[in-house]
Amino acid sequence: MSGETNPVAAALGEVVKKHMKGASGITGLKRLSGGASQETWAFDATTDGESIPLILRRAPGGTRPPSETAVGLSTEAKLIELAGRAGVPVPTVRYVLQQEDGIGDGFIMNRIAGETIARKILRDDEFADARPKLARQCGEILAKLHSISRDTLPPLRVSPAESEIAQYRNILKAHGHPHPVFELALKWLTDNAPPATTAHTLVHGDFRNGNLMIGPDGVRAVLDWEIAHIGDPMEDLGWICVNSWRFGNIDQPVGGFGTREDMFAGYEAAGGAKVDPERVKYWEVLGTMKWGIMCTIMVTAFKTGADRSVERAAIGRRSSETEIDLLRLLAPRQ
Amino acid sequence: MQDQPTAIELVEAVADFIRNHAMPQLQGHAAFHARVAANALDIVKRELEVAPTANAEEISRLKELLGREGNLEELNLELCNRIRSGQIALDDPQLKDHLWKTTLTKLSIDQPNYSGYRRAISES
Repeated sequence: MSGETNPVAAALGEVVKKHMKGASGITGLKRLSGGASQETWAFDATTDGESIPLILRRAPGGTRPPSETAVGLSTEAKLIELAGRAGVPVPTVRYVLQQEDGIGDGFIMNRIAGETIARKILRDDEFADARPKLARQCGEILAKLHSISRDTLPPLRVSPAESEIAQYRNILKAHGHPHPVFELALKWLTDNAPPATTAHTLVHGDFRNGNLMIGPDGVRAVLDWEIAHIGDPMEDLGWICVNSWRFGNIDQPVGGFGTREDMFAGYEAAGGAKVDPERVKYWEVLGTMKWGIMCTIMVTAFKTGADRSVERAAIGRRSSETEIDLLRLLAPRQ
Repeated sequence: MQDQPTAIELVEAVADFIRNHAMPQLQGHAAFHARVAANALDIVKRELEVAPTANAEEISRLKELLGREGNLEELNLELCNRIRSGQIALDDPQLKDHLWKTTLTKLSIDQPNYSGYRRAISES
């Protein structure tokens, strides 16, 4: 952010000198936009030769405990390492901050060149060759992500459909404003929940267009691991199909760039379990409702005065987008 | 009876001022927030135009559906309770019709360019 100096610049320079071979300091430190629950900073480590592009992920203010659903930064670093070993494209984690470093919780990883802004990925010529390949790649990547042995995972919350439903029902109840369409979705989701015998795996939890680093060659990295959990692997395949993440390309259900068939084929070819399209749709419904309720409660920060920005206020008027999507999914008129 | 210009015309004038006069002089974050502000005023304008009639229609649909009296909020809360408890479900064509009409109205105010709304309109 312009005009903001990073209070950890000096300490970060020391960390890099001490723990990265050949590094003599840092330059170009700047806060990147996005990521409300965690800070993301870009910087370069200087060396005798070429500088090394890096990212610092850090808890806001250094020490804020993770929210109820966020995994915490050391867990995030561990998951990125495990995913990398399983063949998921991720940035290499260079160093996990220790208490004696004095700049709080966080980690340093490679900064990968590419684009995360969904609208650019869907419209710019630069990505024209990549777009037709992305849905299949997403399927392949998710198959690898879901193949990670549960024995190797750090402790994570277990969140099958029932607990997701309970969580969002409580949020909606606390909000108090009536939303008949969300009630309808909650009822449908309760009545149609996957059986208790559903095999659980690691779930990324926010695998969608916007959290994928894309280059002209395709997916370069999977980002934002902070709400990873244990659950139904079909959750990840459903979430990326939510219409909100198609950014206007409604006929390309996977992220606005591809078809479900391509994603499912990639998933199965890369060793994933046989895809159950009905269960993927179930999670698309759940995801659509989840995003709608999140838009609704973002207004709370505006109403309480914590954030009086017009931007914050206006988000509340986007939750109806998910209501029309839910009706099209659950109560089509034809 | 209020004097001229109407509330709708005033809101229109302010949105026009933000878009065509203030925004070109702004940069970065401020320009972005100005656009969001102008879009928010467009919502206000559409709500002023649509809501009086639409809310009256919503209330009369709800009264018939639920068989009771009440204001918009009370009736909607009651509808939520009945959906939650399974007393009313999608097999009731009146419920489906009500939810569609209400939601289409919300979108026509909130986000008339949203892909799901455009598609729903073209399918009807």
